[in-house]
Amino acid sequence: MTPHILTRSLDRAATAFVLIVAAIGVLIPLSNLLLPQGSMFQVPTYLVALWGKYVCYAILALSIDLIWGYCGILSLGHGAFFALGGYAMGMYLMRQIGSRGVYGNPILPDFMVFLNWSKLPWYWYGFDKFWFAALMVLLVPGLLAFCFGWLAFRSRVTGVYLSIITQAMTYALLLAFFRNDFGFGGNNGLTDFKDILGFNVQAEGTRAALFLLSCLALIIAFLISRAIVASKLGKVLIAVRDAESRTRFLGYRVESYKLFVFTLSACMAGVAGALYVPQVGIINPSEFAPANSIEAVIWVAVGGRGTLVGAALGAVVVNYAKTFFTSGPLAPYWLFMLGALFILVTLLLPKGIVGTFNSWWEKARHSSPDADSAAREDGIGAPNAAE
Amino acid sequence: MNVMDTRATSAMLYLDGVHVSFDGFHAINNLSLALEPGEMRAIIGPNGAGKTTMMDIITGKTKPDEGTVLFDGTVDLTRLDETRIAELGIGRKFQKPTVFESQTVQDNLLLALNVDHSVRGTLFWRGSKAESERIDKVLETIRLTDARNRLAGSLSHGQKQWLEIGMLLAQDPKVLLVDEPVAGMTDVETHLTAELLKEINRNHTIMVVEHDMTFVRELGVKVTCLHEGSVLAEGSIDQVSSNERVVEVYLGR
Repeated sequence: MTPHILTRSLDRAATAFVLIVAAIGVLIPLSNLLLPQGSMFQVPTYLVALWGKYVCYAILALSIDLIWGYCGILSLGHGAFFALGGYAMGMYLMRQIGSRGVYGNPILPDFMVFLNWSKLPWYWYGFDKFWFAALMVLLVPGLLAFCFGWLAFRSRVTGVYLSIITQAMTYALLLAFFRNDFGFGGNNGLTDFKDILGFNVQAEGTRAALFLLSCLALIIAFLISRAIVASKLGKVLIAVRDAESRTRFLGYRVESYKLFVFTLSACMAGVAGALYVPQVGIINPSEFAPANSIEAVIWVAVGGRGTLVGAALGAVVVNYAKTFFTSGPLAPYWLFMLGALFILVTLLLPKGIVGTFNSWWEKARHSSPDADSAAREDGIGAPNAAE
Repeated sequence: MNVMDTRATSAMLYLDGVHVSFDGFHAINNLSLALEPGEMRAIIGPNGAGKTTMMDIITGKTKPDEGTVLFDGTVDLTRLDETRIAELGIGRKFQKPTVFESQTVQDNLLLALNVDHSVRGTLFWRGSKAESERIDKVLETIRLTDARNRLAGSLSHGQKQWLEIGMLLAQDPKVLLVDEPVAGMTDVETHLTAELLKEINRNHTIMVVEHDMTFVRELGVKVTCLHEGSVLAEGSIDQVSSNERVVEVYLGR
């Protein structure tokens, strides 16, 4: 009667999403590699990298939706976890350059030689090994989120106050990473990457593989989020979102739930950042900019807060629009458009694209007797007014 | 840690000499009250008498400045937080019905069940027959069986109040604190609620705070009247309502 945690999480919409992402993940690289250049169906390499970037943003959006849409934690500093994951990957890529750098130092990255550093700082140890870097991609954002969340949730910092301190967190990291003596390349960040696991990062094959991996990561992140949302834990999270103190009086340790989901979400954001860096070829402190985190929240609002598919879709749609408009004559007006989009979505589509579609769909088939139970299967309830 | 060697009292809930003040305002002033196991007690009193503050103290939301608050004769409630107190078996229904509006009636009860409340327990939770039977039974008691798959937000005001009482039942607490259960209800709903509470009282100790005298009369239990944070009168509804000081307080001097 009550199926296993994994099967329960896969309803029709979720299965469709997974299949579509998988198809894109396979077809785009295949078309890029196998079809002759100039063919109508051949996806050019620059587009593979661009779409890979969107997929990474979609993972970031999922991680934000998991805490905001389902648990009511509005983090305006999630870009920090994304950037930390990115830096961990960037450090690995820097050390892979070896003696091929401008200064030819086999151990020290160029910027350290330039700063006259004589040896590698301790926190760069281990990053020459991929497994270590991969572990740090999860561990660094996760640990920061755990410590931050432990302090914030235990002191019952909620709502707009929590949002403000998450902004302060990412801003503090922005300032720290800008400093040359912090040891992460200052305002130039980390770049000029050569290879990843022995493959040239610029090569078409590597880009195609990274794209496929990003899609795979999106699927895994989606399935994890979906399993959580569909479990009883998901119901507790929604309860916390809608009536936190009521949940506490039922005997749930609200702080533990928040801490769990916040830490998990930070790890997901870290993975997104780690996949993003080799595809764009650079990571610098601007990724910590508070505006980036706010933009990511807008993607989720546009796509549909509290709907996982919506968050991923919102990230792709808004970023596609960004690419489209910033490459044309309308470029100087993009930020105005983004602002207008946010206002319009808040006024006209408070549930976002997917949320609005869902309620329309429910209404359309309301005559059918099991409409209510179908709504429940989605595990989606409209979030109450922002708390 | 919080358990004393012997029971200090036979009472299920025991308050003695409790004081609370907020910025110099004495919300609770030398309040003493005892609820015996299996008892149902109605608490009345004008606005600002300290009824809700008293519930806040019992459930750990407010810490008293002085005084003793004992549960089951052994547990000092003033040292515990809300979650711990809820786990011990004190359930609370709020004045304003707070159900989880975006979830179904059934899920609201599922969340309230007194089973494993840990993160891991809920993540790997798989329903059991015993659990669904308990939910069915509660649904029947609160007369919401037909509405089980409806979103709680779509219920009428009276039904939300019952759902909240149902959530209390699902928690299966030893003591139920019920704050203004019939506020805003129709006469029929009020009558049904009194029936419901009497039915629940067969297995549970209950404390009801209520303004509606018809309802309190219908419950037919011992009444405590609070005024300015302490007990003004105690006894049957007839005794209390004929008490001169109670009349004075309610009508104003």
